[in-house]
Amino acid sequence: MGESDIYEAVIGLEVHAQLLTDSKIFCGCSTKFGLPPNSQTCPVCTGMPGSLPVLNRKALEFTIKTGLAMNCIIAGFSRFARKNYFYPDLPKGYQISQYELPVCEHGYVEINAGGKVKKIGLTRIHIEEDAGKNIHEGGPYSLVDLNRAGVPLMEIVSEPDMRSPEEAGAYMRKLRTILRYIGVCDGNMEQGSLRCDANVSVRPEGSGAFGTKVELKNMNSFKFVEKALEYEIKRQISAVKKGERIIQETRLWDSAAGVTQPMRTKEEAHDYRYFPEPDLVPFMPAEEWVREIGASIPELPDARRARFVQAYGLPEYDADLLTSERPLAEWFEEAVRLGAQPKPASNWIMGELMRLLNEDGISVEASPLAPAGLVELLSLIDAGTISGKIAKTVFEEMYRSRKPASAIVKEKGLLQISDESELSSLIDQVIGANPNEAGRYRGGEEKLLGFFVGQVMKATKGKANPGMINKLLKEKLKKD
Amino acid sequence: MELHQLGVEELKNVLDKGGVSPAEVLDSVFKRIDAIQEKVKAFVTLTREQAYGMAAAAGARGAGALAGIPIAIKDNICTKGIRTTCSSRMLENFVPPYESTVTGRLLEAGYVLVGKTNLDEFAMGSSTENSAFFTTRNPWDLDRIPGGSSGGSAAAVSAGMCAAALGSDTGGSIRQPASLCGVVGLKPTYGRVSRHGLVAFASSLDQIGPITKTVKDAAILLNIIAGHDAADSTSAPMPIPDFTRPAGMDIKGFRVGIPKEYFIPGMDREVEAAVLAAVKQLEALGAIPVEVSLPHTAYAIATYYILATSEASSNLARYDGVKYGFRAGGKDLLETYMNTRAQGFGPEVKRRIMLGTYALSSGYYEAYYGRAQQVRTLIKKDFEEAFKSVDIIATPTSPTAAFKVGEKAADPLQMYLSDIFTISINLAGLPGISVPCGFTREELPIGLQLIGRHFDEETVIRVAHAYEQSTDWHGRRPKL
Ligand SMILES: [Zn+2]
Repeated sequence: MGESDIYEAVIGLEVHAQLLTDSKIFCGCSTKFGLPPNSQTCPVCTGMPGSLPVLNRKALEFTIKTGLAMNCIIAGFSRFARKNYFYPDLPKGYQISQYELPVCEHGYVEINAGGKVKKIGLTRIHIEEDAGKNIHEGGPYSLVDLNRAGVPLMEIVSEPDMRSPEEAGAYMRKLRTILRYIGVCDGNMEQGSLRCDANVSVRPEGSGAFGTKVELKNMNSFKFVEKALEYEIKRQISAVKKGERIIQETRLWDSAAGVTQPMRTKEEAHDYRYFPEPDLVPFMPAEEWVREIGASIPELPDARRARFVQAYGLPEYDADLLTSERPLAEWFEEAVRLGAQPKPASNWIMGELMRLLNEDGISVEASPLAPAGLVELLSLIDAGTISGKIAKTVFEEMYRSRKPASAIVKEKGLLQISDESELSSLIDQVIGANPNEAGRYRGGEEKLLGFFVGQVMKATKGKANPGMINKLLKEKLKKD
Repeated sequence: MELHQLGVEELKNVLDKGGVSPAEVLDSVFKRIDAIQEKVKAFVTLTREQAYGMAAAAGARGAGALAGIPIAIKDNICTKGIRTTCSSRMLENFVPPYESTVTGRLLEAGYVLVGKTNLDEFAMGSSTENSAFFTTRNPWDLDRIPGGSSGGSAAAVSAGMCAAALGSDTGGSIRQPASLCGVVGLKPTYGRVSRHGLVAFASSLDQIGPITKTVKDAAILLNIIAGHDAADSTSAPMPIPDFTRPAGMDIKGFRVGIPKEYFIPGMDREVEAAVLAAVKQLEALGAIPVEVSLPHTAYAIATYYILATSEASSNLARYDGVKYGFRAGGKDLLETYMNTRAQGFGPEVKRRIMLGTYALSSGYYEAYYGRAQQVRTLIKKDFEEAFKSVDIIATPTSPTAAFKVGEKAADPLQMYLSDIFTISINLAGLPGISVPCGFTREELPIGLQLIGRHFDEETVIRVAHAYEQSTDWHGRRPKL
């Protein structure tokens, strides 16, 4: 890292988030995906002569909600603008977007940067329509699918406040978490409902000036955002060190090659000829409406995390993870509400539950196991009915079969053995079978206790009450 | 008088009395059309078959304010299943899959569509000479133009090829041809009539309105087509009065503004004399002429040609050969675009697209588009100021009577001056009407323009009707 220690990166992100409205932004067509090409279209979203856009209020509501959740000022007067360019997937020859009067401005989100809280400024959040999709099948033609044309998007533009790929990654994750918390975007980068472009430049550390910025595109996962930035920053630093000039250009991330490649330079860039959209009247969201939208915002991840630490005594790490997704946090809180101890509940969720969900590739909303199941399991453990070790087996079985813990314990004979005489004779057998180890233990090698516990567990297939084994073993090994 | 010469109100009376069927009315109309269409060339498409079907349906239903009334529609207003060409190669074979709001409302009222009328390509022009198909002739003198861009509609009404027609007016395109053809043309307040289904030329200026034989007929049609439309965000949610009510009321004490900037040296002496005589006539009816000033009038044409072409350059971007309409081949995408647009558009359309593209270009936007918007505000304020002291403003509609075919075709600037008296009204969004107010020695009609306050079509109709009924200009028909 000797190379880069006198340079720092300056990163700003432009994030496009697809809004979870049922219908498109300017017509009544459905936003559903995966349907036959051009089946979700009408004269408006195919740009027929004489058709006119009519704003979907829900899209505006979602944008205002996002702005409020990200500490923005909501404009009292806002309007659409046309961004003009020719492309087959853009049916009108212009995109209805916003230019000089966006819905939201001057916001911020907080990220965790190296253990410290850092504010990342948001320049603006505006609302616009998505384009369709060009399909190249080979052959001397291309096909156009306009199902996606007119799906509402938000563009969230940050200030150039990030200094490392990690900060950019943390910012993206934070945006995603908030968007999903407030239910305006599903945040799926792989499927393109969350897209990210980056502006990145380098400069001598501590310098107030900005270097020439390069725009990065085509980073369709959090990992790629970080990798592309990492590559690009190294590329720029080494270029600057060699005395080369950085060219203002757009570069594409090539994830296969692990490099960024030039796409177009500024000189070839479009002149979008923005001007106010005359087909839509400017809008002035009523203060009352904005207040109502604000009131509908749920507790956001930062606040929730702080509360989890305070109210439940959870470590920061647990609170952070549990609040990363609203349904997960809710799953946890439901378990606690039903009587679970917070820390054991957190352990089970972060450990077993997450493991099983990840294996199955499903989200917590789709979990076959409900919080009540975990609560029952925890109570069986507390009562000494099953051992902690057996509980893992029971947990997985509950998850797979959707049966209650008690039924599984009964069915499979997994009751914990807490009978002193039964355990006592078992322990005698184990000690008798391992005279060497018994001798060494008695000679002072007390860490061999674990070995004997393991042997007893093995003999009982994990059903022995660990507390009792410990107690009995210590007594018996001392006696002789 | 023969049936085809009758207007809406007269024809309605005849049909209501019985004895004449809608089909007989159509017989008369199509007989007239067959006799003179070759000479006048008012129609791009005749819908004879549909018309008889609609007439039969109207005969059966009976009710409906326009049951059985034969009406022509300018060919830039979308009619479902009936080709809508905008008199352009680009849309020569375009058949809209949807109905415009205005024709939808006419359908509900039982109208009979006679055909689609010729216009300057995409409504850009003042003579119909810019039609890609042919030039419509003025029924008063077949060597002369009928005005434009709604020249086909005005000629059809004037020559008795329909009872009434719809046109569209962006800078005078209803009023100027009405004036030159000796009929009534009403441009409603911007936002009064839905633009949904009107193929856009300049969205912030376009407005649909009636072209009729009498002022009362214009009011009857306005009653049907006016009113808020959820499909057009710029249509005003204003109450709709009965516009025929003021037709017949006196105008005693009405203050009529005469803008000094509209009576300029160099304007046609006969036109000036006829309009001043009309003012005298209004005075005789009890109105009070008052000189007013509209100081920014001189900037109207420049302002209009920047704003209208800017919007047009964007509105016409959708004609790219990808989705519908004309397509010329090319070896790649760019060449396909260029060939399609080079061959699909006529010279005037291309000129305006280029002007507008230039005005919106980065580096020029503020100097042109930005400045023009500011002047537009000043022009609006001129009218607001004037309307503090008057109820209505009277001016000539056109500086000259109909000119010869080809006379101004080579000089776009001369042509643009044809709209010098009508353009400001579009920039200000006001309602305006043209009523016949005399003839030149060559038997060419002259029009009086009356301009009202925003959404005060009632006063416009009241004054225009009082004037019309006190003269017999509207009773004259071309000898054809
Ligand atoms: Zn649609």
